[in-house]
Amino acid sequence: MEHNFIFNLVGNNIWAYIITAVIPLVFVTLYALVAILGELKIASWVQDRLGPMRTGWKGVLQPLAEVVKLLQKEDITPKNVNKPLFNVSPFVMFTGSFAAFAAIPYSSKFIPAELNVGLFYIFAVSSFAVIGILMGGWSSNNKYSMLGGIRSAAQMISYEIPMALSILAIASMANSLNIVEIIRIQEGGFWNWFIFAGPGPIWKIVFLPFIFILFLVYFIGTLAETNRTPFDIPEGESEIVGGYHTEYSGMKFAMFFFAEYSNMYVVSALITIMFLGGWNSPFGNFLNGPIWQFFWFISKAMFFVFVQIWLRWTLPRVRVDQLMYITWKVMLPFAFVAFLGIALWAMLNPTVF
Amino acid sequence: MTEKRDIEIDFGQVHTERMRLNVGPQHPSTHGVLRLEVELEGEIVTDVVPHIGYLHRCFEKYCENSTYVQVVPYIDRLDYIASMSNEIPYALGIEKLMGIQVSERIQAIRTVLAELNRIASHQIAVATFGMDAGAFTPFLYLFRDRELILDVFERLSGGRLLYNYIRPGGLMRDIYPTFVSDVLAIVKQVRETNKEVQNLLIDNKIFIERTINIGILPADVAINFGCSGPTLRGSGVDYDLRRAEPYLLYDKFDFEVCVGKGLMGTLGDSYDRNIVRMWEMEESCKIIEQAVKLIPDASEDVRASIPKKIAPKGEIYTKAENPKGELGFYIVADGKNKPYRLKGRSPSFSNLSVLPYISKGYMIADLIIILGSIDIVLGEIDR
Repeated sequence: MEHNFIFNLVGNNIWAYIITAVIPLVFVTLYALVAILGELKIASWVQDRLGPMRTGWKGVLQPLAEVVKLLQKEDITPKNVNKPLFNVSPFVMFTGSFAAFAAIPYSSKFIPAELNVGLFYIFAVSSFAVIGILMGGWSSNNKYSMLGGIRSAAQMISYEIPMALSILAIASMANSLNIVEIIRIQEGGFWNWFIFAGPGPIWKIVFLPFIFILFLVYFIGTLAETNRTPFDIPEGESEIVGGYHTEYSGMKFAMFFFAEYSNMYVVSALITIMFLGGWNSPFGNFLNGPIWQFFWFISKAMFFVFVQIWLRWTLPRVRVDQLMYITWKVMLPFAFVAFLGIALWAMLNPTVF
Repeated sequence: MTEKRDIEIDFGQVHTERMRLNVGPQHPSTHGVLRLEVELEGEIVTDVVPHIGYLHRCFEKYCENSTYVQVVPYIDRLDYIASMSNEIPYALGIEKLMGIQVSERIQAIRTVLAELNRIASHQIAVATFGMDAGAFTPFLYLFRDRELILDVFERLSGGRLLYNYIRPGGLMRDIYPTFVSDVLAIVKQVRETNKEVQNLLIDNKIFIERTINIGILPADVAINFGCSGPTLRGSGVDYDLRRAEPYLLYDKFDFEVCVGKGLMGTLGDSYDRNIVRMWEMEESCKIIEQAVKLIPDASEDVRASIPKKIAPKGEIYTKAENPKGELGFYIVADGKNKPYRLKGRSPSFSNLSVLPYISKGYMIADLIIILGSIDIVLGEIDR
């Protein structure tokens, strides 16, 4: 409870729990609006055009307009679909990504749930999305949806393995799966972040290549995990129309959309926690108050959201077999070797133990 | 307690089924209203049957009921992204049939327009090919530049898509004063953007991996199927009507016929067909730079040699190298003011016929890439 200021304010009662649960929901809604606007505006910036300009000042109200449009659209359930699965799958997918927000910190004074196995918990619940996609793809009774769903299942399950190895390396360096512990170890300036092999003597630079490899492996994995370009084959528009969400419209489509964007934040927040020192300021104790910590955490996470959007409008899409080749024959061996190096570093590091 | 049983799974008996998938006519990547009936084994394409005819407009029958001048707008609607180029073989054929001599200035203008339209068409081809591979940004870069070419055409003819500009015996009207400088500015811009597209898309490792060794079209097969244009040249066949049987002023210009070299993968793969288009844009720029020098500043009555009455007699097969390939018209004229028969030979139709041959055994994502690399226009296939 020491990391949740709500409990200090209202005491340890039911209201504290309710407020704690509502804040992430409000946050994810606001974030989704910002991210949708960001996607539109960054795309137009990359593509040398203006983007939305008519809704509000420079089109800033465009995401609201789109949400309203999706809300008032007719909610079509096609005739021959498996109705229960079809209707529940967008919510399953969103539940998976929203559940992860329970353990994602905002600042040292506000973590909705401080779990001992926080990292593991986030990783576990964000794999929930694959069930939603598979359900949606299968129940739509559409060949394109089925192809998309099956592609997605194969992709997400394969990419979890190298990603899990990166998480394992971080856990071994921090000697903990607790997110607060992991962030606390990285205190004291950017030099102590895990992307620079964490705190330790200067000869830690020997192990920097290993952690960079793991960082890249994890980042590429996040692109596949969130179905973003170049790994957006489950919804590859030019091949299989809309993939698993071909048959969805209105609010249910919005839920898929929402889940995709909140998933982008979840993986970016995980990168921030694991490699970039979480809420810690890059300048040690300078600008490191609780409000500044909020700023640092959100900026770092949003930077990676930006990189994901940026990549989407730059790169073409890989093919299914190339996708599998990359994960099993390139990323996995590299991750194993890098994990070995990091394990050695964790053993030799005099500061943590 | 239920009885314990040994479960035997015989994988030989697991029932598998091939899936028949309809790609199109309402699919984002069929480049029009093409329907592909695809048989899939998992993701592997085992059979492709293209179904055409969704855009059939009785072009040939219409022509039999229109005067020779009225045919020109219909010809625009064949390959509707290269309308200027379409008009050229028809105009040349009628001129040859009637023995009309057209001045060099008009021929030079026609050459410039044909090459500009070739650039515009190849820009669409490369852009949509990139989009088939999932890269959306180069698409918009190339479309932005295509606008410049369309602006010039609009100032010339009044239309942005269908021009009706090149008439048998001359042009609709003379060029405007700043035409030459506008065209040279376009050439500069095209080169700049092509460099950018080369960096962003063509040299991208993912793009190369997606396109090499996909849809390999051997040279002999390409010839047997009657392929032409970049589809044929991508297979390494050095055949270009501009060089083989020069028309307009092409024999005066110094340009290369670009052929696929198998740079990254096998000769004749999708990468080669695409890169040939990129190179041809550069060659077109060269031709334009040489051709604008042949346009004298003095204005001239471009309608002077247009005959008052077009009523030729005889038969002629007339052809030209269009952006998509060899566009030909077989015109049977019986001395009346309407053609007795006009048969079109469209390059996209022949090029599409090779699709089932080259796309078997690849994945469904590759099928889209192969279709994009052939660069078809349905207006021309269905006529």
